Amino acid sequence: MKKLKYFLAAFLGLSFSFASAQTPKGSVLIKNATVLTVTNGTLENSDVLVEDGIIKKIGQDISAPSGVETVDATGKFLMPGIIDAHSHVALDVVNEATAPIVAEVRMRDMVNPYEIGLYRALAGGVTISHAMHGSANVVGGQNVTLKHRYGSSNPADIIMQDAPRTIKFALGENPTRVHGRGKGVQPRTRMGVEAILRNGFSEALQYKKAWEDYNSASSQKGSTAEAPEYDERLQTLVDILDGKIIIHCHSYRADEIYMLINVARDFGISKLVFQHTNEGFKVAPEIAEYTMGASVFADWWAYKFEVYYSTAYNAAILTKNGAITSINSDSAELIRHLYHEAAKTQRYGGMTDEEALSMITMNPARQLGISDIVGSIEEGKQADLVIFEGHPLSVYAIPQQTYVDGVKYFDIEEDKDDQRLKVSPTDMVEPIFLSEEDHRCLQGVELNFSDISETLFNTNY
Amino acid sequence: MKRITKAFFAFLMAFLPFMAMAQIDGEFVKPRTGKFLLQNATVVTITKGTLENASVLLENGKIIQVGTNVSADGAEVIDCSGLFIYPGMIDGGTRLGLVEVSSVAETNDYAEVGNITPNMQALTAVNPNSQEIPVTRVSGVTTVMTVPSGGLFPGTAALINLLGYTPDQMYGGFKAVVMNFPSSARRGRWDRRSDDDIKKDNEKALKEANDVWEKAKTFAKLKENGAELEYYPEIEQMAKVTSGELPLMIEVNAAGDIQNAIKWVEGKEGKFIFSGVAEGWRVADEIAEAGIPVIAGPVQELPTRESDRYDAAYANPGKLAKAGVKVAIRTNEEENVRNLPFHAAFAAAYGMGKEEAWKAVTINPAEIFGVSDMYGSIEEGKVANLIVATGDPFETKSDIIHVFISGYRIPMSNRHIRLYQEFLDRSPGLEEHK
Repeated sequence: MKKLKYFLAAFLGLSFSFASAQTPKGSVLIKNATVLTVTNGTLENSDVLVEDGIIKKIGQDISAPSGVETVDATGKFLMPGIIDAHSHVALDVVNEATAPIVAEVRMRDMVNPYEIGLYRALAGGVTISHAMHGSANVVGGQNVTLKHRYGSSNPADIIMQDAPRTIKFALGENPTRVHGRGKGVQPRTRMGVEAILRNGFSEALQYKKAWEDYNSASSQKGSTAEAPEYDERLQTLVDILDGKIIIHCHSYRADEIYMLINVARDFGISKLVFQHTNEGFKVAPEIAEYTMGASVFADWWAYKFEVYYSTAYNAAILTKNGAITSINSDSAELIRHLYHEAAKTQRYGGMTDEEALSMITMNPARQLGISDIVGSIEEGKQADLVIFEGHPLSVYAIPQQTYVDGVKYFDIEEDKDDQRLKVSPTDMVEPIFLSEEDHRCLQGVELNFSDISETLFNTNY
Repeated sequence: MKRITKAFFAFLMAFLPFMAMAQIDGEFVKPRTGKFLLQNATVVTITKGTLENASVLLENGKIIQVGTNVSADGAEVIDCSGLFIYPGMIDGGTRLGLVEVSSVAETNDYAEVGNITPNMQALTAVNPNSQEIPVTRVSGVTTVMTVPSGGLFPGTAALINLLGYTPDQMYGGFKAVVMNFPSSARRGRWDRRSDDDIKKDNEKALKEANDVWEKAKTFAKLKENGAELEYYPEIEQMAKVTSGELPLMIEVNAAGDIQNAIKWVEGKEGKFIFSGVAEGWRVADEIAEAGIPVIAGPVQELPTRESDRYDAAYANPGKLAKAGVKVAIRTNEEENVRNLPFHAAFAAAYGMGKEEAWKAVTINPAEIFGVSDMYGSIEEGKVANLIVATGDPFETKSDIIHVFISGYRIPMSNRHIRLYQEFLDRSPGLEEHK
């Protein structure tokens, strides 16, 4: 017994040291920048002091404490690290396409800290990405929010441990073609998608009640109650119902968006964000009233039928109707210039600088539940920062330096021509890929389509 | 029963015109032509400098006069004070008009069955009423090369203006046969061929290309000598390439393939253009040496190799231009050809410079396609393809407020804009949930 206690204590200590694994934190003083705070306007010629990964002071004529490096950003722009609310960068596999509900699967179990996509995102000023499960299932796996601490050898180091849990849902063409058309099981239609959701949540309620019944019975003296069988899948759905997990739902058409709003309301769920949301503009007042908003592409449309009736003015319509709106990439290429994607909302709908910048900083932070610690340049927030040559909403803007927690992970002056982390003389020449390998929402589901036209899975949005 | 049905239909038919009339609300704005004077703008001619406070006179689809002292003389005057006039942008490679919805096979018309189908005409399959055309042209892209893809010789590409109701009305006066040069690159991560297999596939494909070339030369020679020839449309089309009547637009991307393509072209008669050229920056001097012009892009693209600098694709057009290659830029897009100005802007920011980037979407493609007497700059006598903007049209903050194509003032509307107008302030708005 004593032995067991020691063992438990050691185990506890071990898990504690894992949980509080020391991710690198830096100190730096950035001088004389035009500071785009996002939440408190633009500050000309201002300094930002970072200590131990936290923004300590914003103002003028701040002097560096001893040992803190000073960076002169005269004539340059400083903005908060860009946040991508929809990405698959650093994920090895993204789809567990085996059942309409696979809530138990976790993306945090298979992140790859060596992926070059992380560095490329940093070169585009992106410090945080929401690494999502794919869109093969109505209820997909649990996503993970990443901090782009590229170069860490420990996968845990790139996981943003203080971000809340989120889960991927998917409506429309993808789950219906993977399951209904690919395997002959529900859902094959948007009616089926709703049924899967309602059946799942109803079963979860029964499961929750079974445990509640057991717990109250077992506290009675002399109870012989037997515990229900533990089910991670149903428990995750219960956690959603209990508000512990934010839903991020792949969606396109207005009818399906409206459907999920109704389902969520019926089950008392309020933590709901729509992803892609191409027809969100058609139900913008409903999205604004009942959800945590929509994360959209700047201008993608017509690549599949459910996005044929899209508009590049989507983000502007959503914003003007009061919905929290973010611009995402879902792409290893687009993630590198989200500042430009956000700037497109100025051509398509005349968004102000602040509105446009919010769409890639504060708004995705709010949708990921991390807006109290990142997303703007404010004292006390984590020091995720980007220095730009040129205003970041200019098409000619070039990110110069990117900091995560005050540590510099990208500097254009020190950027190497050969990006290999290790160069081995015996390595074969690496393969050349000509077409973008980044639209990976349906990656890994090809086997389900062996007898269906290739075009079905060539479009993996 | 039948009689009742007939009577019902007669009744319905009689009322149909009235019912239809009742549906009409608001007028459709059509493209219209005439004599226009665009007055007092900053005119960026591309070839003849930038003119302040200048005007451009358009008539009969042409630019009649450019300068500071242009008389209105019966023209409709459009005040352009504080605005900028640029030539319409040309995208050197797209699938515009050949695809409506990528994932719906029934709407894809860019890849015919067969490996050697150079006689397939992109111009035939262009849908003038595609929703993607009005979406594209309001961004300032007035002309695009629309390109078939697929096999070794997939078809004949055509230059089209983004205005017209038939392909012939849209035709911009240039065609080229397309070749996909055998590629040593992998087609995707699912491409699990061994390096040896890729090499063998390439050798086989190159041999096939050489056979086609020899056949075409023979065909051309026999035809020239008046021989009676059997119907052989593929080789007949290729014979136009070997005889120099049509250029060959060679899609080639990996550095080694570009070097091989340069060798393949050497000693062959004909006109050659390279397209794609993703790794052109690795062999820029060799391309310049060979004197082959390139249609580079897409620019907003990932590097081809994991070890490359992150900005390899952004910097590629600039590095090619600096080496002395004549460079045009393409999006290689269908629904998002409207992003051409942004691809060019990225090239500009990453080493090409604004002036050269503007040439790469105007006069350079016009020269590469042999249509610079008609397109690519604001000069008297050229086709009236031009745009009026509130600032630099590459910047997202600038608005493009007029577009002229072939002298037509086009309506600045499309489905995206109409949806914006309908849904910005929806009516009914939010209904209280019960």
